[in-house]
Amino acid sequence: MTITTDQSTVVIDALRAVLGADYVVSDRAGLGVYELDASDEAITGIHRPLAAVLPETTEEVAEVARIAAEHDLPLLARGSGTGLAGGAIATQGGVMVVTTRMNRIVEVNLIDRYAVVQPGVVNLDLSTHLAPQGFYYAPDPSSQRACSIGGNLGNNSGGPHCLKYGVTNNHVLGLEVVLPGGEVCRFGGPSAENPGHDLTGLIVGSEATLGIITSATVRILPLPEEKGVLLATFESMETASRAVSATIADGILPSALEMMDKVTISAIEAGIGAGYPRDAEAVLLVELDGPTQTVGEERERVAEILSEHGAMTLSVAETAEEAELLWWGRKAAFGAMGRLAPNYHLTDTVVPRSKLPEAMQLVAEVASDYDLIIANVFHAGDGNLHPLILFDRKEPGIMERVLDASSVLMQHCIDLGGAISGEHGIGIEKNDALTLMYSDIDFGEMARVKRALDPRDLANPGKVFPSNFDRFGEPLD
Amino acid sequence: MSTTTTQPRRGFSGPDQPPEDVMRACVHCGFCLPVCPTYRETHRERSSPRGRIWLIKAVSEGELDISDPVFKSEMSLCLNCRACEAVCPSGVQYGELVESARAQIVQHEPQPASARAAKAVGMKLLLGSPRATRAASYGAKVYAKSGLGSAVGATGLMSKIGLGHAEALRPAMQDEFLVAGRESWPAIGSRRGTVALLAGCVMSTAFAEVHRATARVLARNGFDVVVPPNQGCCGALSVHAGEADHGRALAKRNIDALGGPEFDAIIVNAAGCGAAMKEYDFLLREDPAYADKAATFVERVKDASEFLAEAGLVETPGALPITATYQDACHLAHAQRITKQPRELLRAIPELDLVEMSESDLCCGSAGIYNLLQTEMAGQLRERKVDHATATGAAVIVSANPGCMLQMRAGLAARGSDVQVEHLMTILDRAYAQVEQETPGA
Repeated sequence: MTITTDQSTVVIDALRAVLGADYVVSDRAGLGVYELDASDEAITGIHRPLAAVLPETTEEVAEVARIAAEHDLPLLARGSGTGLAGGAIATQGGVMVVTTRMNRIVEVNLIDRYAVVQPGVVNLDLSTHLAPQGFYYAPDPSSQRACSIGGNLGNNSGGPHCLKYGVTNNHVLGLEVVLPGGEVCRFGGPSAENPGHDLTGLIVGSEATLGIITSATVRILPLPEEKGVLLATFESMETASRAVSATIADGILPSALEMMDKVTISAIEAGIGAGYPRDAEAVLLVELDGPTQTVGEERERVAEILSEHGAMTLSVAETAEEAELLWWGRKAAFGAMGRLAPNYHLTDTVVPRSKLPEAMQLVAEVASDYDLIIANVFHAGDGNLHPLILFDRKEPGIMERVLDASSVLMQHCIDLGGAISGEHGIGIEKNDALTLMYSDIDFGEMARVKRALDPRDLANPGKVFPSNFDRFGEPLD
Repeated sequence: MSTTTTQPRRGFSGPDQPPEDVMRACVHCGFCLPVCPTYRETHRERSSPRGRIWLIKAVSEGELDISDPVFKSEMSLCLNCRACEAVCPSGVQYGELVESARAQIVQHEPQPASARAAKAVGMKLLLGSPRATRAASYGAKVYAKSGLGSAVGATGLMSKIGLGHAEALRPAMQDEFLVAGRESWPAIGSRRGTVALLAGCVMSTAFAEVHRATARVLARNGFDVVVPPNQGCCGALSVHAGEADHGRALAKRNIDALGGPEFDAIIVNAAGCGAAMKEYDFLLREDPAYADKAATFVERVKDASEFLAEAGLVETPGALPITATYQDACHLAHAQRITKQPRELLRAIPELDLVEMSESDLCCGSAGIYNLLQTEMAGQLRERKVDHATATGAAVIVSANPGCMLQMRAGLAARGSDVQVEHLMTILDRAYAQVEQETPGA
């Protein structure tokens, strides 16, 4: 998307007229950090928006959308910039809507169990706000201390507790969305059942390619009476994987079941020191929640199953603080990779749980074939792998090896009956890999849906769909 | 920024360059955003740690000039509260980056006149020698007692020289300054060791009674307490302001004065000073004569609460029937990761009801001399803090850092609140004084 200097001035002036100069960022130094999210710039490239704007209300977002449309400029959304697939990177310039000032919890209804939030509310802030009343918001991506609910909705984010509670989509009742032309739509609402097409479901996970979410009505849940956290060590990732399948097969549904390998543990311990055993080849972090008595019984049963399936050591978090520290270690794992290498590339694949042992074997093979260090830290309970390829982008020829290894890993996971992305979105890191999963017919139908809401392809263009998207569906006018 | 930079560090030169490995450890995950006070207030990312690291990298790689106004203003707007370090999964030593960046700014060009004046007077003259600090403090005491304070206030002189806001932050001077080498406290009961107390600059004058309280609490718990002569300011303010050479000179003097093997620990009761002294090893890393000495010195630097909690209280303090809330000083909670010990000590006081405030560890805006230089942001943060503290209904706000105490006192005074702000050691000392009253002759 090219734009002349005169045009830029006109657009920036128009944006300033709506938001005030303080909330329209267009200078080199101020825009710099908006070139980044948590994905690796060695893979996403460096892209600068024409302007980043910080609206406070739905009306302001709608005005911004109208200005962008008037000038034929791309429009994209960014919350806290914690995404790992480059979804919030302005690959085609345009206007970036930063939602950090839209951070109000508008309404909490404990009787009907919902909360209405603006998209910039930080995930954990909602649960912290609800805690004194005994409630919480269940989806908990590992970046929950920082990530925004708007970003979670865009990516249909998961998290450790999705095993029992489901992903973001299962917790959204209604949305307010600003479409690319500036129209404001409302889908769904506080009631549990909504008639007609599930357009809420369509928007969740669409990564701002259909519009920008300006308000969400989300489910809230009562806090469980008790939580029990167990840590088990294993001699290999394969053994640990088999123990995962055995646990689920026994009929127990832990609230979370996470696996980490030795590389990950060394990063966590070097970065923050959460108390994980550095000598273990693999650990399982298991959490059970519910009524106190049930949690006690299940904890004993899980300990038995893990022991029968090769656990070398088993420990129980004695205090809430100890459990919290183990969780903080797990949730900080991606960022902690900076201790081991300056860059990492996340492959966010999913495999059927029963295929975990095979998948772990394949990851190890790929690491060896491509002479790369691959860290494994993932939601074992639902088979959502996160092989993290560690590298230093300054090493000559490394990018090719990293990307090749990533492609091979994705193909392996698809071959095992899985998918190329679990919860971190497609963005610009995995859009071309989507062709491994969908046929031209599938893309054609998706393209028709996209163009129904965004006929001029202004909403976060270049994301999610493969780079040859133009040839699918109806031709662009 | 180019992805294939072959010529790093283009914008920086000379000593105190931001360490390359620290910059590279940042994988821009964004975990630092929600804990950064300036980001929380502005919601704009250039005012966050991730944003500032981008700016430092951009200067380093030649993308931005070191004189770029946004770069300079962001380095100044940072409180250096280190909240980001405490949550950084990758363990990025952000404080080192921002302090180095400030040192580079100072090296590369002259400061604006007002900031330069404040720094030159405030640091080199006042902090350079304890005698000068005392002389200035004595002046402040006379100034206050003579009524000159109100006279000057009426003329608006302080406002005219651009320091009107400083007036509200001026500490009340104590009658008896603590002079290093002149006072000591023998251990009471069975002796457990000997500790050296850092007298510091402002602490030794405006907070001399906090020192005496600290010493009495330590003595009561079996430690000989001495205030060795020839020590001085810890150097934190100089280092934070980019005056690294001045900071190094002060650090060496303290290592010489306090580093003797006869001391089991070097006790600090001001969070900012303790944090700075625990980083003498980084500050002096390029000094062949002091690098090793600094490394062993930092091992023995302890915050008073850290030391007491570790050693354990020999005797239970007396009862204090008050409601208190604890405010985490950034340089204790984030830089030194000390959050539990002060609370444990407060809970050890019978009848003291400790109520937690929201955002206890979000900076109050004091941050050394930040509140003199960045008045707007400091004021916003001060109000936020006082709102949270008063919402608890506590009669006393307890902290362990003089800057926070002055900042909150100013905020409370502006509202006409009668909530008190006290140092943790003062509260403990009062509790121990109750024991004496209960059992005379003990």
